[in-house]
Amino acid sequence: MDFSQSEEHTSIRDAVGKICAQFDDHYWLEKDRAGGFPHELHRAFADGGWLGICLPVAYGGSGMGITEAAVMMQTITASGAGLSGASAVHMNIFGLQPVAVFGTEEQKQRMLPPLIAGREKACFAVTEPNTGLNTTQLQTRAERVGDHYVLSGEKVWISTAQVAEKMLILARTTPQDQCSKPSLGLSLFYTSLDRKYVELCEIDKMGRKAVDSNQLFIDGLPVPVADRIGEEGRGFEYILHGMNPERILIAAEATGLGRAALNRATRYANERIVFNRPIGKNQAIQHPLAESWMELEAADLMTMRAAWKYDHGEPCGADANAAKYLAAEAGFEACQRAVMTHGGYGYAKEYHVERYLREIMIPRIAPISPQLILCYIAEKVLGLPKSY
Amino acid sequence: MQASDGLKSMVRSPTERIIDFYPAKEIDLKILVPVKRVIDYNIKVRVKADNTGVDLANVKMAMNPFDEIAIEEALRLKEAGVASEVVAISCGVTACQETLRTAMALGADRGILVETDVELQPLAVAKLLKAIALNESPQLIILGKQAIDDDANQTGQMLAALMGWSQATFASKVVVDASAGSVTVTREVDGGSETLTLTLPAIVTTDLRLNEPRYATLPNIMKAKKKPLDVIKPEILGIDVIPRLTTLKVTDPAPRSAGVKVANVAELIHKLKNEAKVIA
Ligand SMILES: Cc1cc2nc3c(=O)[nH]c(=O)nc-3n(C[C@H](O)[C@H](O)[C@H](O)COP(=O)(O)OP(=O)(O)OC[C@H]3O[C@@H](n4cnc5c(N)ncnc54)[C@H](O)[C@@H]3O)c2cc1C
Ligand SMILES: Cc1cc2nc3c(=O)[nH]c(=O)nc-3n(C[C@H](O)[C@H](O)[C@H](O)COP(=O)(O)OP(=O)(O)OC[C@H]3O[C@@H](n4cnc5c(N)ncnc54)[C@H](O)[C@@H]3O)c2cc1C
Repeated sequence: MDFSQSEEHTSIRDAVGKICAQFDDHYWLEKDRAGGFPHELHRAFADGGWLGICLPVAYGGSGMGITEAAVMMQTITASGAGLSGASAVHMNIFGLQPVAVFGTEEQKQRMLPPLIAGREKACFAVTEPNTGLNTTQLQTRAERVGDHYVLSGEKVWISTAQVAEKMLILARTTPQDQCSKPSLGLSLFYTSLDRKYVELCEIDKMGRKAVDSNQLFIDGLPVPVADRIGEEGRGFEYILHGMNPERILIAAEATGLGRAALNRATRYANERIVFNRPIGKNQAIQHPLAESWMELEAADLMTMRAAWKYDHGEPCGADANAAKYLAAEAGFEACQRAVMTHGGYGYAKEYHVERYLREIMIPRIAPISPQLILCYIAEKVLGLPKSY
Repeated sequence: MQASDGLKSMVRSPTERIIDFYPAKEIDLKILVPVKRVIDYNIKVRVKADNTGVDLANVKMAMNPFDEIAIEEALRLKEAGVASEVVAISCGVTACQETLRTAMALGADRGILVETDVELQPLAVAKLLKAIALNESPQLIILGKQAIDDDANQTGQMLAALMGWSQATFASKVVVDASAGSVTVTREVDGGSETLTLTLPAIVTTDLRLNEPRYATLPNIMKAKKKPLDVIKPEILGIDVIPRLTTLKVTDPAPRSAGVKVANVAELIHKLKNEAKVIA
């Protein structure tokens, strides 16, 4: 077992850290107040060749692993960019894995290079208002009409749709009662987000104001058959392929933001003098911070193990889910403790930690809730009866 | 990579040397850039409890910022078609390979590590660089004016003396005229700026305002993995690197005492005169 930092990871951390340093705390404070997609950050990562970090070299990517992508995403959130920075590029990093793995040569040529070069942005449209985490029950329909499908339905929480030209969307092609399993009959499309047929409503939300999340009303969107990824009816299986990598990246983002919060808390605890001594001299302040350090390190190790397994082609479902759970909770604790360590100032925006606390809720909730992860571990790892 | 690989590349046959020179348009302008691995400038340094030095355990290390500027200048000369090759050199522990990879990810063509665990002082580094320079025959060596860890500001000057080459330190502008075999350097000096023209080969050390270094792109980080990195030991170069200076004690700077608020300008002037005694 080798736990040493690879030279490559150090290079990635350094280079990504330098790009992020252009976008300072003030930049994110202002983005959090006024909103507006961080196009400059997205451009900087596109120009540096980072968006294709784990897409194939043949299409302009760098062909690295999810491990390297996780290092990249962790560096972004840890810089103080938080989820506002990470979510601006997150979709590019993992989202098109189904295209890379199951797409035809023609599709890969057409879809991957513009995304990697940053000419196109994509959103990921799975969640629906009336089905929640029970994805196989989703109700968006895709009807085959000649060389087209026609899509209608509703999606919710779809991030970056306001700025995206493309979307990866899961829809039902065969009614569930005609399928042998509920997970069959769903198909995956990577297609243009044509505003003539799709109405977008941005959701006013708790944090990450810079990166929009939306309700989508899809009314008769024509989608060429050429935009269907893989076989009709097997979309759920293809989506699952991208889920473990996404959990791993989200986990890395959560520990990164937790570290940013912990750094701020530690610095403040060393500097703030109350009762004639630094507040960090009190165990009531330093012990929770020490605990957070341990929790974040442990979660990071689980994340790296999951990434390693994924990159080595080993099953990593339990690891990826556990990493996502542990990292989100550890990140949350760190952010919450950072606010409390700052006393009243933790509640003031200019100290940044309250923004971190609002953003760290996202990796707790999405793309899967902590409860459902526990259900999964109980069932798949411990062999307890399925509860959901 | 083993030291023996390094040795092989150090000892080239005369014909190889000729081939090296042959395709160049005017002169073969190779640039050497020494890069030092130092504590990252963002890190708050902590003095060791026993006052023997600075605590480097688990501390983030990075390329000396002035050396990044040196690499950038060399790369710009190469991109402008003036220089033919940029070679990065680092002297120190095995981990300096990371610094060399960074230099190569920025665009340096290859790297040389002079590997030693001995604490290196400027004179030792200058001697090592001289040995490498004699073998590599560069026309230009661009160094940072100083390293942010020991702030010695000596290596470039010592190297120039050992080589017997011209030197221009604290450069804020560098213009190479390859056909004339000269480099014109604007220097930042106390009174303003000074412009010198040196005959090549020459030594230049960089100041902060020379350029703004680029960031490594991911494709270049990937390419850097495949670029050659030779490792060589000081003994093979025949250089004695034993430190000549002994550090007696390292301490934290005195903490700043708390400030005071003054009510008005009159009180400020009074305090500056009578308490701080900085104005008469
Ligand atoms: C900021 C943000 C961005 C997002 N971006 C995207 C995106 O780009 N694309 C996309 O497709 N989706 C996106 N989502 C949606 C996200 O993936 C979902 O919110 C998440 O999957 C949870 O689904 P839900 O909100 O419908 O919760 P529900 O399914 O309604 O669950 C509500 C609660 O009930 C619990 N629960 C449900 N069933 C059980 C059970 N059987 N046992 C125990 N507890 C249960 C859940 O754990 C949860 O706590 C985003 C969400 C957020 C907040
Ligand atoms: C929204 C808001 C409204 C407010 N409104 C008012 C108002 O109307 N009027 C008013 O006067 N004030 C107001 N306050 C100020 C509030 O009362 C203070 O923020 C609070 O008393 C804490 O003081 P502090 O922020 O200076 O924290 P600090 O005293 O700096 O404490 C920072 C942290 O150190 C911990 N700590 C300090 N010393 C020790 C120790 N010895 N042992 C263990 N832990 C220690 C604290 O518990 C805290 O976690 C408000 C604050 C907020 C956030």
